[in-house]
Amino acid sequence: MSEKVGVYICHCGSNIAGVVDVEDVAKFAGEQIENVAVSRDYKFMCSSLGQELIEEDIRKEGLTRVVVAACSPHLHEKTFRRACANAGLNPYLCHMTSIREQVSWVIEDKAVATEKAKAMVAAAVKRVELHEELEPSEVPVNPNTLVVGGGITGIQAAIELADAGYPVYLVEREPSIGGHMAQFDKTFPTLDCAACILTPKMSDVGSHPNIHLLSYSEVEDISGYVGNFHVRIRKKARYVDEEACTGCGICIEKCPKKVVDDVFEAGMGYRKSIYRPFPQAVPNWPVIDTESCTYFERGKCKACEIFCPTEAIDFEQQDSYIDIDVGNVILATGYDLFDARKVPQYGYGRLANVFTSLEFERMCNASGPTEGKIVLRDGITEPKSVAIIHCVGSRDENHNPYCSSICCMSALKFGHLVMEKTDAEVTSFYIDVRTSQKGYEEFYNRLLEEGMHFVRGKAAEITDAARQPGEEGKLIVQAEDTLLGKQRRVPVDMVILMSALEPKADAKDVGLQFGISCSMEGWFTERHPKLDPVATMTDGIFVAGVAQGPKDIPASVAQGAAAAARVQGMITAGTVEIEPIVATIHEEICSGCKICNNLCPFNAIEFLEDKEVSYVNAALCKGCGTCVAACPAQAISGAHFNNDQIFAEIGGILYDAIGGNGAKAPAKSKEPAPA
Amino acid sequence: MSAAKKGKLANYWAASCGGCEIAVLGINEKILDVAEAFDIVLWPVAVDAKVHSIEKMADKSIDLCLFNGAIRTSEQEYMARLLRRKSKVMVAFGSCAHEGCIPALANVSNREEIFQTAYHDTPSTDNPNGVRPQTETEVEEGKLYLPLFYDTVKTLDQTVEVDYYLPGCPPEPERIWDAIVAILEGKLPAPGSVIGATTTVCDDCPRTREEKKIKEFKRTWEIIPDPDICLLEQGLVCCGIATRAGCGALCPTVGSPCIGCYGPNEGVEDFGARMMTALASVIDSDDPEEIERIIQEGIPDPIGTFYRFSLAASQLRRKTLEGLDPSGASA
Amino acid sequence: MVDERFEPKIVAFLCNWCSYRAADLAGTARIKYEPNVRMIRVMCSGRVDPTFVLKAFALGADGVMIAGCHPGECHYLEQNYKAMRRFNMLKHTLKAMGVEEGRIRLQWASAAEGVQLASAINEMVDQVRELGPLNWAQNWHEDGEVEAAIQRIEEEHAEVMEVPA
Repeated sequence: MSEKVGVYICHCGSNIAGVVDVEDVAKFAGEQIENVAVSRDYKFMCSSLGQELIEEDIRKEGLTRVVVAACSPHLHEKTFRRACANAGLNPYLCHMTSIREQVSWVIEDKAVATEKAKAMVAAAVKRVELHEELEPSEVPVNPNTLVVGGGITGIQAAIELADAGYPVYLVEREPSIGGHMAQFDKTFPTLDCAACILTPKMSDVGSHPNIHLLSYSEVEDISGYVGNFHVRIRKKARYVDEEACTGCGICIEKCPKKVVDDVFEAGMGYRKSIYRPFPQAVPNWPVIDTESCTYFERGKCKACEIFCPTEAIDFEQQDSYIDIDVGNVILATGYDLFDARKVPQYGYGRLANVFTSLEFERMCNASGPTEGKIVLRDGITEPKSVAIIHCVGSRDENHNPYCSSICCMSALKFGHLVMEKTDAEVTSFYIDVRTSQKGYEEFYNRLLEEGMHFVRGKAAEITDAARQPGEEGKLIVQAEDTLLGKQRRVPVDMVILMSALEPKADAKDVGLQFGISCSMEGWFTERHPKLDPVATMTDGIFVAGVAQGPKDIPASVAQGAAAAARVQGMITAGTVEIEPIVATIHEEICSGCKICNNLCPFNAIEFLEDKEVSYVNAALCKGCGTCVAACPAQAISGAHFNNDQIFAEIGGILYDAIGGNGAKAPAKSKEPAPA
Repeated sequence: MSAAKKGKLANYWAASCGGCEIAVLGINEKILDVAEAFDIVLWPVAVDAKVHSIEKMADKSIDLCLFNGAIRTSEQEYMARLLRRKSKVMVAFGSCAHEGCIPALANVSNREEIFQTAYHDTPSTDNPNGVRPQTETEVEEGKLYLPLFYDTVKTLDQTVEVDYYLPGCPPEPERIWDAIVAILEGKLPAPGSVIGATTTVCDDCPRTREEKKIKEFKRTWEIIPDPDICLLEQGLVCCGIATRAGCGALCPTVGSPCIGCYGPNEGVEDFGARMMTALASVIDSDDPEEIERIIQEGIPDPIGTFYRFSLAASQLRRKTLEGLDPSGASA
Repeated sequence: MVDERFEPKIVAFLCNWCSYRAADLAGTARIKYEPNVRMIRVMCSGRVDPTFVLKAFALGADGVMIAGCHPGECHYLEQNYKAMRRFNMLKHTLKAMGVEEGRIRLQWASAAEGVQLASAINEMVDQVRELGPLNWAQNWHEDGEVEAAIQRIEEEHAEVMEVPA
């Protein structure tokens, strides 16, 4: 039985009708395209009257397919699908073609535009005839949530969810939660002490009945799909029995081995071989660093074990694995700091008194290696002049093209701290000062008033080679002051490099593991940059904080909370609809050649060993169709984008071209009907 | 089966090697059952029958015609039309009739080039007068005619309507017998279909398959393949992934990659496209230059690799006539 | 002869997430570009089967464009790399078939690159216009010659059959 297709050409006021001869297109569709039962043009198809027009035709004319030629399907596909559903037609039997964005708005010549619109309508009709009824499926949502990353973003997300009454697994790679924020001294622009606002939240996490904190742990494997993920977590051996340890810290005190702390203290201070990263660590169980521990190196010492009052030290401890089921995942894996050594002209690592921003944060911190004193690398001398270099590794074609967003404000904060704690003069070398959030510009003005100097120019070089009097023994910052149009050499005692924020070194692997994409740099890609900033293309996986792109603490916290809110929405709904646009493998056709199995980044294609065929797990399939196109046996079909539908669309869109080999085109060489 | 119910069978041979005719004999003693069921009215390799006697028959009086060979001359087209008219069931028998096969590889060339090679350029040719086949030659007694030699080899179904297809170069005797039985018993699939399996050679291949990731395509002389592992996973371009099952995976079983003689699987519109897309998908590189290199070095002859048997039946059917010798392009 | 400018027909396969949105954006921004490209939406450039391209050529297209997200920015993580591999393979074969390279193009366009997509289209249309019509079906179209040759055989046979046995 042939289909009865209804074709609706939208005027979109004059947006379409001003360029396309809509009446002519409707007439063409009605008279020249097979199986078109109704063809109309209307002022605004998306208006309720327009929709009613379709609904009425479905009911009265018995339409079995609907084509709407109007704006982009990204705008109104849902609208017209709903209209069809209202009239009892499966919504997937409706097809939209974009004669506004692709025709009337981009073509000036009216006749040419009308011709293109006709071809597009012909293609849509040919395609829609072959559409199949599709039904979304529903799956339940597990109320547990996995939060990966225990920085301020992950902490916020975990607390929001836990406070709402839902169980949370918070996984942190390091021995303690807190992330980068725990390393900071003050936070801009309010100059709150970072620890004062962070530690209460940390202990909240540690004691919350709904939060299962898994520190010093990593996600080993994740499988499943939205609402139903299975996660395996590797709990790295601490060599400390968490049940027995009281966190008294005697072991740390007694440990005879001191090593440079490259992580928390950014190489500025020391820690013991058994250690907790900082005193307020949550959890406060220490961990043994086997790389430096004397017992692990030489087989003797055991000072920690000897002195531990609760026999909590366990040198035999092994990594353990925990399997959990969760409905959703929030990735808040944070960032790495750009390695300033990659800009050799700034001399970091070569010139002692060039510091990175993180080193300087630790230096300012009262519990840091210098107990908050701002001093040169010798640990004693207070600087008399400090230069702050912006955009080190950011806004730089050689490294990262993007703006790291937080450095200008950090630089202002540093300027303030230097001037507060010392008598030093502070000069900032900037490209632009970017202070766009609430209270930020005011803070900039405050620093201008406080007497911080600003030189507009990217520093070309930092050197200790004195050329002019007054430069001896100093670091000289060479820069072009672009406001004055002059080269400047500014001799200082100390230089702070505002290093860029970079994606975690393993961000792309993590992205692959969780089935989400990264930008070229390695920031996690959100579903929509404006309208869906914390969801991802993979349902049930959310991103928040700097892992998604450089941002400051308020923005990170907001995203953590937003992600938690999205997850709560999923949990409250209880079930989630799964798109029916998925691939299906026909097992009687599949020969089990295994071409497709590796092609799916979502691991939706399994190989069924017993039947020796491959199988698509519809809940994992995202409907991209890559396997459909790859299958050499043509055993895979892609719903709503199957070969026949696309072939028909190609035939339709070339309806006015000289037919070739196509089955429907009359082949001239074929024998005429036998005489 | 009583003599009164005996049907009529015609076998014919157009542009092909003749292997298909011999393959029919491969059913061995079952040929006697065939002879019992049918009067053989035409079978150039085995029976002395005349075209004129076919011409005299009433339309649709032949029950079954097994037509092998592609269509490359007007004489073959004439025979195809004639047999179509006289037959109730027309079967494109074997790869040539089905999809062009080796004869259709000539579609990378044209009449002019082929004549130039065959009548002039080959070292063994001695043709001082530059004689070439002409469709018409005047002699004293009148005009002599030769069939027209086409620029483009066609499949049978590009020439006349075909009811069924029996793939293979040549079709395996078991499959021939299966088809004959199906025809005799009237248990045929929908008209227009291929009588055969709907899966591909891998289904029958005993080799183990693990993971397909290809860094380098290899030619058969470059490696001695492991006897147990999938040949494609060893870098050999094995067309078994895309080729309809039916042969029992003869070639890959003995270590020779499938070359695709059984044609594409059910519903596939372009065999070469299936091979191209599958192979390209598992190239183990994301670097455009490396990908380019892997393809250029590994597949020096893409038409011969992907369309060895199916060029005439492919979407593009042939290499463009333009760019070939222009003197041959006018036909 | 009327010197009419050749207007090629180009079929473009656009991925839903980046390049189709780039086309949306070109529209919203009212960027005028050549009308010769007709677009077909697929979910991902990884869905583009070489058969689509071959079919488009066989059915009369003068050029085919495949457009997807930039490498590394695929909404399905890495499927555009598969599109890239297939494109290279297909180009290799098409070259052997005698299809000029300029008739097929792989274009990356992010959702923000309406201008880039429009100018890529303009560039391609110019290029294909320069190459002229492809008219692929013409390659196997045999003129009346075939019918005449078959006619001759029929006549010959009829003549022979007239002779009494």
